[in-house]
Amino acid sequence: MAVLLLAEVTDGELAMDATAKAVTACASLGDVTVLCTGATCADAAAQAATISGVGKVLCAEDAIYGKRLAEPVADLIVSLSGDYEHIVAPATTDAKNIMPRVAALLDVMVMSDVTAVVDGSTFERPIYAGNAMQTVKSSDAKKVITFRGSTFDAAETGGNASVENIGAAGDPGLSSWVEDKVAASDRPELTSAGVVVSGGRGVGSEDDFKIIEALADKLNAAVGASRAAVDSGYAPNDWQVGQTGKVVAPNLYVAVGISGAIQHLAGMKDSKVIVAINKDEEAPIFQVADFGLVADLFDAVPELTSKL
Amino acid sequence: MKVLVPVKRVIDYNVKVRVKADGSGVDLANVKMSMNPFDEIAVEQAIRLKEAGKADEVIAVSVGVKQAQETLRTALAMGADRAILVIAAEDVHTDIEPLTVAKILKGIVDEEQPGLVLCGKQAIDNDMNATGQMLSALLGWSQATFASEVDIDGDSATVTREVDGGLQTIKVKMPTVVTVDLRLNEPRYASLPNIMKAKKKPLDEKSAADYGVDPAPRLEIVSTVEPAARAAGIKVGSVDELLEKLKEAGAV
Ligand SMILES: Cc1cc2nc3c(=O)[nH]c(=O)nc-3n(C[C@H](O)[C@H](O)[C@H](O)COP(=O)(O)OP(=O)(O)OC[C@H]3O[C@@H](n4cnc5c(N)ncnc54)[C@H](O)[C@@H]3O)c2cc1C
Ligand SMILES: Nc1ncnc2c1ncn2[C@@H]1O[C@H](COP(=O)(O)O)[C@@H](O)[C@H]1O
Repeated sequence: MAVLLLAEVTDGELAMDATAKAVTACASLGDVTVLCTGATCADAAAQAATISGVGKVLCAEDAIYGKRLAEPVADLIVSLSGDYEHIVAPATTDAKNIMPRVAALLDVMVMSDVTAVVDGSTFERPIYAGNAMQTVKSSDAKKVITFRGSTFDAAETGGNASVENIGAAGDPGLSSWVEDKVAASDRPELTSAGVVVSGGRGVGSEDDFKIIEALADKLNAAVGASRAAVDSGYAPNDWQVGQTGKVVAPNLYVAVGISGAIQHLAGMKDSKVIVAINKDEEAPIFQVADFGLVADLFDAVPELTSKL
Repeated sequence: MKVLVPVKRVIDYNVKVRVKADGSGVDLANVKMSMNPFDEIAVEQAIRLKEAGKADEVIAVSVGVKQAQETLRTALAMGADRAILVIAAEDVHTDIEPLTVAKILKGIVDEEQPGLVLCGKQAIDNDMNATGQMLSALLGWSQATFASEVDIDGDSATVTREVDGGLQTIKVKMPTVVTVDLRLNEPRYASLPNIMKAKKKPLDEKSAADYGVDPAPRLEIVSTVEPAARAAGIKVGSVDELLEKLKEAGAV
């Protein structure tokens, strides 16, 4: 049995944490071959080769893979699929764009956001924003899966897999890249951070979000947000935590001015320690919080920041 | 240009989900059902395209049980021109897999020849995030997922996508499949006169067999259980007490 794992590579750089977590997730399924794609990806491939448990790395370096558009990458994966029973990836937005396309081209179902492997055909995944966990058994010859990073530990490094350069699979010419708007940040990445501080509608403005950021910086944390905070323009979209945003499970999650709608809880309720600061003692966020502080955030957060 | 909008009937997003005691699934009997929130955004976008003179006709489609009629009537009341209901299940608890839905939608696309399919990014019941991508693959079309901005210009569309790192803008060839994200627009409410008018708009009823599609699932549901509950926490009285507790827990 063999597994093909699409590594998370952005502009030539390997997302080590996301990729190494997916390696852990699929390790029991068979020999793992990692596929790196990009306009440049030699460095990413070399780095992927150091992840323990990786047997081999394929490096497909071509301009058409530069922005990982779904159509060319899906075609490439399908062209390689003959040798593999499982085709997997970390559940990132890139992979969620690509993998269902791969599955349909192979005439199989996709399993998104898998949180546990029962056996080679049986997998567990959350449904209804994590309000139910479903175990499904696939009858397809090939299994196409994205793994939710927050439930797997990253595989160690120390491996030394071989790297093989492979050619491109042709350009379907259906789409082209125009631009990326990515805010540079010195903070840890949201999905791999050990601490996350999130702000909600209660924070009240983009300007006031600075008090959330100050607390985050004191804790060396990533900054998250509720959908309401993002929709109101207090925070950028890539900070959104929840059912339809990012799923995080840090050691410490601090929810400030967030009511705790199920759609938000879906993205953070597996965090190890949850702190909620909210002025409404009835707020549902307190039902999942280990430590709840009923207070005005404009008093409590600066005080907490200064005392840390 | 015709625009096709697949809309799914799902549990209302405000309803607390209950897992059935026998582990067979989630209890959907006598529960409030609504249009998948992302699909409302897709319908809204399609209507705006028509209002802007970029689309001539908006066709809403739903695949599922007979009751999905109500979802289609909502789309018609919002402003869709006509609707197609593909009955593929009898029991409201049967969820039709994205691959099956995509195959049926392909059959409809072959018949109707739309220039654009606007799907939701994700159904809030199965949380698959797959159908639009699968349909695009089956059609051999371009795809633009998780859209927060869509600009159609003749034979191409420029779409801004919400991705992990921020925003990405791509240009796709038409015809195309776009899946919409939450910030694309604010869907309108249907007015009472429009709800009345919607009752007279055409709603065709079809079956999966009409498109030669076998709706048998590829994934067998082995069990559905409640997620592990978190142990109850405590309320702290001050920032100092919070800090003390966090230190005890080794969290700071
Ligand atoms: C399809 C769909 C998908 C969704 N996906 C997501 C998702 O991925 N992530 C997400 O977060 N949401 C998501 N939502 C939205 C979700 O339902 C809620 O609307 C949202 O999470 C609410 O955000 P909030 O808690 O910041 O705002 P509110 O619910 O308005 O809560 C604000 C809180 O701040 C508190 N507050 C106000 N002022 C202060 C103060 N001075 N000090 C202390 N506390 C204060 C209030 O007591 C209140 O509890 C989704 C919704 C839908 C329909
Ligand atoms: N049964 C269905 N009927 C109509 N549209 C559907 C159906 N299932 C999925 N869709 C469409 O596909 C999108 C994504 O659904 P999913 O892939 O199930 O997360 C939805 O937002 C709908 O636009």
